[in-house]
Order: sequence, then structure tokens, then C-alpha cells
Amino acid sequence: MVMNDYTSSELMIAASARALQGERVVFVGVGMPNIACNLARRTVAPDLELVYESGVFGARPARLPLSIGDPTLVSGATSVCSMADLFMNYLQGGRIEAAFLGAAQIDRFGNLNSTVIGEYAHPKVRLPGSGGACEIAIHAKKVFLITPLSKRTFVEKLDFVTSPGHLDGRPDGRSRLGIPGGGPQLVVTNKANFVFDQESKEMVLSSLHPGVTFEEVQAEVSWPLKSVSALEETVPPTTEELRLMREELDPDGIYTGRK
Amino acid sequence: MKLTSMKDAVSRYVPDGAVVAIEGFTAFICFSAAHEIIRQKKRDLTLCRMTPDLIYDQMVAAGCAQKLVFSYMGNPGVGSLHCIRRAVEKGIPQPLEIEEYSHFGMVGRYLAGAAKLPFYPLRSYYGADLAQANPRIKFIQDPYGSGQIAVVPALNPDVAIIHAQRADEQGNTQLWGLVGMQKEAAFSARHVIVVAEEIVGEDVIRSDPNRTLIPHMVVDAVVHQPKGAHPSYAQGYYDRDNQFYLAWDTVSREEQQVEAWLEEWVYGLEDWAAYLAKLEAQEPGIWERLAAGEAYSQPVNYGVYR
Repeated sequence: MVMNDYTSSELMIAASARALQGERVVFVGVGMPNIACNLARRTVAPDLELVYESGVFGARPARLPLSIGDPTLVSGATSVCSMADLFMNYLQGGRIEAAFLGAAQIDRFGNLNSTVIGEYAHPKVRLPGSGGACEIAIHAKKVFLITPLSKRTFVEKLDFVTSPGHLDGRPDGRSRLGIPGGGPQLVVTNKANFVFDQESKEMVLSSLHPGVTFEEVQAEVSWPLKSVSALEETVPPTTEELRLMREELDPDGIYTGRK
Repeated sequence: MKLTSMKDAVSRYVPDGAVVAIEGFTAFICFSAAHEIIRQKKRDLTLCRMTPDLIYDQMVAAGCAQKLVFSYMGNPGVGSLHCIRRAVEKGIPQPLEIEEYSHFGMVGRYLAGAAKLPFYPLRSYYGADLAQANPRIKFIQDPYGSGQIAVVPALNPDVAIIHAQRADEQGNTQLWGLVGMQKEAAFSARHVIVVAEEIVGEDVIRSDPNRTLIPHMVVDAVVHQPKGAHPSYAQGYYDRDNQFYLAWDTVSREEQQVEAWLEEWVYGLEDWAAYLAKLEAQEPGIWERLAAGEAYSQPVNYGVYR
């Protein structure tokens, strides 16, 4: 059963959670990715281990973590390690299957900018920078991106490449540079979802959210958008997914947009 | 005798121009040390931290820093660090030089510094612009034939300040929860100040040696400062004051508001005890709100071998 009363954030979280079907180890961020990963563990991926860059493996947060260093991630976790361990052995060691990233700018090959708008030396807007994003983008086997759809975000050319996606689109581009991870696989937005074409490595429209048209999506993307041949409508969140989000995962509606 | 006051520890080990690392990833961020550094009007510091957080936002706003070495400059879970952004984007209150890495890059810098290696090799920065923006990030050829590998230079701060749950008077320091880069930062630094929630006897330390993250031999000064990490947290002692992190987002947007805040909460106070008293007067229930609750680990048997 599907409810038609849900926010676009709830739809994005549900879509992200479903992408984790069958995954076992996910690198989690705060906000929507955190809720998506916890939702996935209660639905499509019961064996999912949540890894946080603060050095936590197998977190079982008893409340909604307000940052990736929230103490609730520590209590009851399987393991807490140093950040050296986390980056050397878990991430660079190739143990992370899936990871979520966001960015201020994304290009058609899923390269990400979270460093500056404008010139690096004289930025118009100084953004937070890489944190662990550059290494996550390089080492995670799959990367999922969650971001609102906007022409300011989906740009023709990044002001700065913080985290590599599929580079210039050459199919062997990543492996030629010695990048072990598989790069971005899925982009979840508030209007539509995207995947990356196997050949061209270009971001292509894979599903439109209920009620959204191709033209509305194109209007928020800076390059001429292509679609997969079998373009679908995004499946809305189910009653059970909504219940979990509203009653257990984000009861105050902080990230699900109901506040 | 290493046990000393924050005033003396800062005055002795944080000279003008020093390279300072106050580490702690979201947890154990030693605001009590930062406030003392601000109060003593230290100048021209190079501030190193993976996540500058509010602590360096305040120190930059107070004019303590000439350079920032970092890997993520955000207000965790909230948004921007407005004071640092003002310094970087507009040179207010003074220009701030930046030297930027990724998290793994900063981790590697501390590891190399602690182990007295010249650099640390890591698989990062491929296909990204950071190595162009920061020429200290370089690529070398793997001598064993795997191709190009990135290297970052060792970081050896003049002083590291480490906040922890407990230490003895000699500086043997036990920490649990997010251990972050605390150990590597301590071993990489020329001097170390440990700030502890509790001072315990050597017998407590020796009852659980696996929990000792930092041994006394690398520690120069020990400061007993309960709740010394507020608005950050110490696992099992008190929670992060998220309301403060949200409030700072508003305060820090205007330079004058920050100056007024520093006057009221740092310059106008004698020490951290006065800060806590002011905090408690403003919100009598603060420590109930930030109470950690209890979840003890199961004891382990080390055995008796004679």
C-alpha cells in the first residue's frame, strides 16, 4: 500500500534505502543518508553494517545522530577505532561497499565539488572542503549521491573537483589513474533519480518522481539530459517505510521535512 | 609535577607563532584550552585540526591565527563556520592563510609526524584538484611498481592539546569513545598538554592498560578541567550541547556579535570555572539536559601472573 501524503525528503530517503538492497557495509553521512541507511537496515538490508568516518563500525544509533561524531554512534557499536584505522584498513583496505555523498556542484559524470564556488585562491563561497569525501569517492565500491535538483548544483563545469566521479567519461578513466572504487552509481534528487550509462558514464534520467515531467527536470540540469530507454515513475514510499521514518528514525521530522 | 592550571599550561607551551593542534573529532574538543589561548591573546598561531569546528572559528575571530591547516571546515551537522569564512573570503579580522588536505591526508600527516617519517603515502587525490591547490600534496612513483601514489608531508606541531576522560598526575591518559587522531597528534607534537575530566590514581590506569591511549612520557602538562570540552562532549560524561552549535550559527554571522560574545564569555571571565558558573546561571538544568546516562562495559580479566 502506498500513501500519497509524503514529503519529497521522505521519498528521497526511501529511494536511497532501497538502493542498499543486499549491501552489507555502508559508509554513512549525517542527515538524509543516515536515515536512509537506518531505514535500509530495518527493511531491505537487515545485515547492513553502518560505518561512520569518525571511526565507528556497526553503529546502532539509539537516537537520530546530529553529526557523524555523535556519541550515540559509539554506545552499542560493534567496534570503535582510530581514524587512522578507519581510513587505512576499512576504507583504503577496500572494505566499504557503498557510500553516500553530497556536494554543492555535480557534473554530468558525477564528479563532485564541495570545496569552493569561484576561484580557489579567492573564493566567492568557501565550502567545507573534502573531509573524507575524496577518499570515499575513490575507495567505496559504489557511491550514491543525494542532493536537491537545481541548476546551481547540476552544472556543466565544476569550479573545483573535490571528489572524482567518472572523470571525463572514459570507461577506463578511473582504473587508468589507479582508482579502485566503482564511482557514482545513483543520484537521488527531490524530482527524479539518475543512473550512469555503462558506456558513456554520463548521468542519465532513470525515474521521474510522481507528477514530475521531463521538462521540469531538464530545467534544473545544465546539460542536455538523456534518459534510460525504460524511463519509470519512482515508487513512492510505502506505508511501512513512512511509519519507520516518522515513528522511529526521525520522529521530530528534522531531516524528513515535516518540521 | 605535571599537574598544573590551564593558565600556566597555555602560558608555558603555547607561545606566539606556535604550530598548535587541538584535536578531537567532534568529541573531546578542548574549548577550555581555546578560551585560555584567546584570553592570553596569543598571536600568529598556525592552527591544525582535521575539523576546525567552532573552536577554531572562535580563535580565528579572536585574531589568534595566521594560518589554518585542516581537512573539513564546517559546523558539524549545522552548516558553515562563518568566522573562518569571513577571514578566508574577506580577510576579516585579518587574512588567514590556509593549507588544505582531505581527512586521510591529515591522518597521514599526523602518522608520519608521530613515526618521524618524512611523508606518508596514501591512495587519494587521483582525479581531484586538491593536489593542485596545495602543492605540498605530491605524487611519487611507487618504487615497487604499482604506479603513482600520493604523499603528504609529516606534521609535527609545537604543541598538541588532548582532552580525555581521565589521566593520572603523570599524564598517563585514558580515553574511550571516538579516539579520532588523539594518539597520533600527541606523539607527533613536541609538547603535549592533556586536559582531563578526572584525575585518577596510577592504580586506576594500571588496572586497564589497554585503555591508555597516551603514556606519560609524551605529556608535558596535565590540567584537571571537568566539563572542559563544552559545547563539545566527553563520552559517558556529558553530551554535545547541540543548542550551542545551532546558536553559534546565528551569533557567528555578524562580526560585532562575535566580538560581544567573546567579551562576555571569554575576555570578561577569569577562567573556565567562571565560564561554567555563568553557563549554569544562564541555564540551571544544563547538565541534566546534557547528561550522558549510564552504559558500562563488561569488565575484562587481565589475570595475575607472578
